[in-house]
Amino acid sequence: MESMLGVVVAKYNYWLYVVLMMIGFYAMIGKRNLVKKLLGMNIFQTAIILFFVSMGAKRGGGIPILDKEAALAGAVKVAEVVNPLPHVLMLTAIVVSVSVTGVALAVLQRIYKEYGTLEEDEILDKIGRS
Amino acid sequence: MTSNLPLYVLAAPLLAAFVVNLAGRVWRGSVAVLSLGALLFSTISALLVLQQVLAHGTIRYTVGGWRAPWGIELVIDPLSALMLVLIAVVALLATFSALASARQELPGREHLFFTLYLILISGLFGLAVTGDAFNLYVMLEITSITTYCLIAMGKGRAPLASFNYVIMGTIGACFYLLGVGYLYMLTGSLNMADIQSILPGMYGSISVATAFAFLMVGVWIKMAFLPLHGWLPNAYSLAPSSTSVLIAPLMTKISVFLMIRIIFSIFSPDYAFFQHVGVQHLIVWAAALAILIASGLALAQTDLKRMLSYIIVAEVGYMVGGVWLANTAAMTGAILHIVNDALMTLCLFLAASAIVYRLGDSKLASMQGLYRRMPLTMAAFTIGAFSMIGVPPTAGFFSKWYLILGGIEAGPWAWVYVAALLISSLVNAILFFRIIEIAYFQGGGEHGHGAAMPRQEACAWQLSPLLLSAVALLAIGLAAGPLVEHLIIPALPAGF
Repeated sequence: MESMLGVVVAKYNYWLYVVLMMIGFYAMIGKRNLVKKLLGMNIFQTAIILFFVSMGAKRGGGIPILDKEAALAGAVKVAEVVNPLPHVLMLTAIVVSVSVTGVALAVLQRIYKEYGTLEEDEILDKIGRS
Repeated sequence: MTSNLPLYVLAAPLLAAFVVNLAGRVWRGSVAVLSLGALLFSTISALLVLQQVLAHGTIRYTVGGWRAPWGIELVIDPLSALMLVLIAVVALLATFSALASARQELPGREHLFFTLYLILISGLFGLAVTGDAFNLYVMLEITSITTYCLIAMGKGRAPLASFNYVIMGTIGACFYLLGVGYLYMLTGSLNMADIQSILPGMYGSISVATAFAFLMVGVWIKMAFLPLHGWLPNAYSLAPSSTSVLIAPLMTKISVFLMIRIIFSIFSPDYAFFQHVGVQHLIVWAAALAILIASGLALAQTDLKRMLSYIIVAEVGYMVGGVWLANTAAMTGAILHIVNDALMTLCLFLAASAIVYRLGDSKLASMQGLYRRMPLTMAAFTIGAFSMIGVPPTAGFFSKWYLILGGIEAGPWAWVYVAALLISSLVNAILFFRIIEIAYFQGGGEHGHGAAMPRQEACAWQLSPLLLSAVALLAIGLAAGPLVEHLIIPALPAGF
């Protein structure tokens, strides 16, 4: 039991991302309101962003802005700076996530204009009746 | 010595997209000129790239002078060169029809439509050539986001279908991204070739298996492999005709290509097919089930575009099964089927688009007497249908032949797949003969309806690409032998 707890505490960032991801996943699949689905999608994406960011972090790691001379001379210790690459990747992923959210909101607006509601059940009702 | 040729292929539609947006506001006619011009340029460049790759082997292009594995690398092996040509040709043909449909469906918004349309095409080119795992994710999202918008431009329930696709598509892309994250943690690299050279020492690791599973499920969602297909039929059938002629032939096929790329360029066939005992069999059986269920669902449809959408889902099962049978014949069949299925789907959706253009909808019931009204359209449709069924002189027969050969070669466990393939061909025959029966024999004859229904073909913009695609299906069918020998066999991924 203690070792189980140890595993959780030692790798808490991964547990956090898995829990967040499952919350998002549940909202996307289980919720009937389209805006809540969209929020779930955002949580899902944020979980992955956190996963990547925590992957690059190092305990006691500094900012990865290096002195050129020192870097060329090989005086930089890799353990002392945070790995910037996953963070940069996530910059791109955030842009992607923002654009998907933007498109989804625009689509939701069109759905609302068409049906006057964003509850999936009511929309399906209206489709069934017409 | 590397030329910039591969980059021109994807830069032309990307640049044209922005110019179309501005110029289209001033002069409506510029939309057609610019998009066709850009795609023609891409097609020619793609053909030159294919010729170079076949003559001199794989091209590795370093973008911006940043050497791999740090920079982004474009890798054009014979298979991706083939995909480039396929995308360029299909997109070029689809554009003629899309221009006509867009004028009718989205009057006054053509320049906006074609901005997205061209960005989508350059995203597809990017998917075909990229050699970087993260870059692939970005390209995947470029194609997806533009597709969401293009689908949402439809009428009625289309935005709802588009929203479901947004949710499912994002889950797929996120799974892919997670898989890339695991691989990055394991190898510290994002370059496909680099990852492939580092991974073998870790093949026993459960993290590698997790990464592989995430990547696979990610692309399966994008290609609508059966249990994950829920978004496709609505999205493809409710989208405007001008959208569906482009995305129906290309999106699922490029995802199958991505699956091949992941298996052969990031992992290795040994790992994917044989490391975990039983997985290969399970996936082929799942593909067989996908083929059967999707064909069954196609039977229940009363709308032409919806029926075709379910056939696409069944075809995805053919190709996934073919790849996972893991022998040369099945792989040849799968790659040939990517080419053939893109052209067959193009042909059928172009016909559907021409029918919608004239009739206003694509319900099977309203197709009565259509052979008299639109004889050329229906003739091309019949060729597409025969190819989908797999009648010998057409292209579809040969890829199915190779797939079945591969299934038999794989051993008794794969007979389910072979049976599914044969049953699905029979179901396709029923599906299309039902349409032919409605369109040829019903209506028209009695009560002098022939006079009430004058011959009224689709406009030349839609008819010419349709006839060309039908001719292409026959040509590929007749030239299948040399084609396989000179194009498909070299395109088989290394390891076979």
